[in-house]
Amino acid sequence: MTVRLRRSEIAAAALMLLLAWLVIYPILIVGAEAAHPTALRDFLTRPGEWAALWASVWISLVSVILAAAIGIPLAFLFEWFDFPGRKTLGALIALPVVLPPLVGVIAFLFLYGESGFVARAIQSLLHLQNAPWRLQGAAAILLVHAYSMYVYFYLFTRAGLAKLDVSMLEAAQALGADRRATLWRVIVPLLRPSLVGAAMLTFMTALGSFSAPYIFGGGFRVMTTQIVATKLNGDLPLAMVETVALALVAVAGLVILRRTEGDDILVALGKGIAPRPRPIQRAGVRRLATIAGWALAVLLLLPHLTLILVSLVPYGAWTTEILPPVINLDNYRRLFSEPERLRPMWNSLWMASVSTAVAVALALAAGWLVVRRRVALRRAIEALLALPWALPGTVFAIALAITFSVHAPLQLRFVLVGTAVILPLAYLVRGLPLTGRGILAAYRQLDPSLEEAAASLGAGRWRTLTRVTLPQLKPGLAAGASLAFVAGLGDIVASIVLYTYETRPVSIEILSSLRLAETGVAAAFGVVVMLVSAVVLGVGARR
Amino acid sequence: MSGFLRIQAIEKRWRDGVTVGPISLDIAQGEILSLLGPSGSGKTTMLRLLAGFESADGGRVAVAGEDVTAVPPAQRRFGMVFQHYALFPHLDVGENVGFGLQGRANQKVSEALALVDLAGYEKRKVHELSGGQQQRVALARALAPEPRVLLLDEPLSNLDPALRERTRHELREVIKRVGITTVFVTHEQEEAFDLGDRIAVINQGRLEQVGAPDELYEHPVNLFVATFVGRANVFRGKAARALGANGNGVLVVRPERLRFAGAGLPGVVRERRYIGAAAFFVVEDDEHERFEVLAEPDAAKVGERVYVEATRVIAL
Repeated sequence: MTVRLRRSEIAAAALMLLLAWLVIYPILIVGAEAAHPTALRDFLTRPGEWAALWASVWISLVSVILAAAIGIPLAFLFEWFDFPGRKTLGALIALPVVLPPLVGVIAFLFLYGESGFVARAIQSLLHLQNAPWRLQGAAAILLVHAYSMYVYFYLFTRAGLAKLDVSMLEAAQALGADRRATLWRVIVPLLRPSLVGAAMLTFMTALGSFSAPYIFGGGFRVMTTQIVATKLNGDLPLAMVETVALALVAVAGLVILRRTEGDDILVALGKGIAPRPRPIQRAGVRRLATIAGWALAVLLLLPHLTLILVSLVPYGAWTTEILPPVINLDNYRRLFSEPERLRPMWNSLWMASVSTAVAVALALAAGWLVVRRRVALRRAIEALLALPWALPGTVFAIALAITFSVHAPLQLRFVLVGTAVILPLAYLVRGLPLTGRGILAAYRQLDPSLEEAAASLGAGRWRTLTRVTLPQLKPGLAAGASLAFVAGLGDIVASIVLYTYETRPVSIEILSSLRLAETGVAAAFGVVVMLVSAVVLGVGARR
Repeated sequence: MSGFLRIQAIEKRWRDGVTVGPISLDIAQGEILSLLGPSGSGKTTMLRLLAGFESADGGRVAVAGEDVTAVPPAQRRFGMVFQHYALFPHLDVGENVGFGLQGRANQKVSEALALVDLAGYEKRKVHELSGGQQQRVALARALAPEPRVLLLDEPLSNLDPALRERTRHELREVIKRVGITTVFVTHEQEEAFDLGDRIAVINQGRLEQVGAPDELYEHPVNLFVATFVGRANVFRGKAARALGANGNGVLVVRPERLRFAGAGLPGVVRERRYIGAAAFFVVEDDEHERFEVLAEPDAAKVGERVYVEATRVIAL
């Protein structure tokens, strides 16, 4: 017994060191090397730096408010009221989560951009000389954020509402509380963990958001785009200081939000039954709710549809018309017949697959050590797995770029930048929290007596793992793995810092197609990424 | 008897064609009425109609002469104890009990807690309490705003059997001390008898019979009440006539009202279940119908041929 215990402790120590090397070590190196007097002075004295940092903060805060303002009412509407089409619409409006950020942003560009579908229609309807607006700056970024991030509030609030016990609400009523009092004294406090969770996720996503500010920012810089621009200008020391500043803001935001979350008091006291959706009684109101619901769904689906439409328009065919004059599959044909265009697709697919496989393997090892063996280092392992989630992707991209461009084997630093290894490594770091959370949660729900039962029936370790443990972990594993794969497939944040021409992923190819005004090809890439993501997530969500 | 809580032809029609009611009941001030019925009989619907959580499709409910049929639950001033207690997990015990009180009412909260023998528990977290304590907090919370009527939805079903009986007596004692008019839902006959002054038996949405426990037990009005309330042997035809029935009526006999004798209904003892002071004997008659006799532990042996006679029968 003691021998086996020791062996798992050694395994845990090895895993912890590996995770620390991947997750913390690069950050520490950036932190150490950022302590560079000139760079620090530059950062502190240039107004542009402070403006970008402040922009990151307020854009993130306003994104949280906007996302909450859209997502929470929607969640109440769909969870509490019944009207025709409720189920279909309820699933449809969760769609933006399927779109990788970059794809969502270019879909937005094609729809609402100054030469986009809507602007074009208005321009020709009103016979305007120029486009009616320019989709640029903070407002454009906030629009994209609100559109893609309300889903967090929508899903979290719905999940929270579904867990509410209807007898709680009835108890409040029986004690004389009217609707408003019930809402503020019972429902909101019970929903608080869900709301804080959604706020945290939105804040972190908005703070790390790169595609929207990169495409729509114009002269308006947030910290993520500022860092990449500084790095591309070759001012590495300054880029490191900026990275540390962004990381500090992220950590501060997390700490503040965590504090408002409160203790996890919501231990289920009884088997709660969620409130049934109430049918809307008045026919007029019901019709209005239905129409509003469908209009909303169309509005939310419009970017996806526009993306598909643009992908069908051959190069140069669509100039000033409202609707494209020609529609065919030219772009897809080019995409799949020209090896140079097919290559980024393969690059992204294999890099996302490899990184996901490794992230799953590490998470499985962590799950076994943390939950089953309850090793002494379990808290450290869990924290390391979750850490990449707490910092913006740009921070890790810069950290990896700095750490792995130096050959110093004694410091465990190798030249990986410029090789085919660095991007999968970056995707792996970003995927760890996703697979880690899914698999650890599944491991915790797994009854240990199942594995003991298998052992008592004579199954060896391998047989127990493949026949009992893995099948039981499948839902959590599939969910985590599909999220990690999709994140890698659509990644731009790490890719734009670390790619080489040979290993360029699809997101970089989309950007360069856009730059060459090959919108059709860019859209076709976007559609392919969107479809693959949707299929993978759909498979991952199946029970 | 003038009813303090008057239920007149109240009715609920569900969408799938299931109807509860119309049911009429008068409950006196300070009386405890048990609503007893199998699951799905409509007893919980009745309670929710009284609380106002379901709207009635017909009939009315009145308290002390005031029609409350259309009054929303928040203004009805009916206290309710839920099956799973529905204690608010984000509030401590004192805040839970004070939820229905106006302003800061520490005095009333501690009085309510003292009533259920939980004095000094104000600052405790709800999930730190045992099941029985949670149940008492739920009771204190319901009673604190001094409601006109107390409604209890299977409040003992979440407790383990050993605790259930003791809690039942404590519950009755508290209710009687407060003197509040109470309606109590259960599917267990023993609970209904122990707690209720009167019992209303409900089956398939209809009121079968209302009465004191011994009235239901000794004088059930139909076969459902006879068999649902207590153990009952049902005899028909030849067997019924052998026990003294005239004509073709159905005879219901409680096991303790049967005894072994020199003549009567013949049969063979198939099983003996010893319960200490007495034993249940399962007897099979010549028609292969089985019935139970409660008798002295050594009154008969398995396999023995016996004759059974009834000391008291219920003819239906």
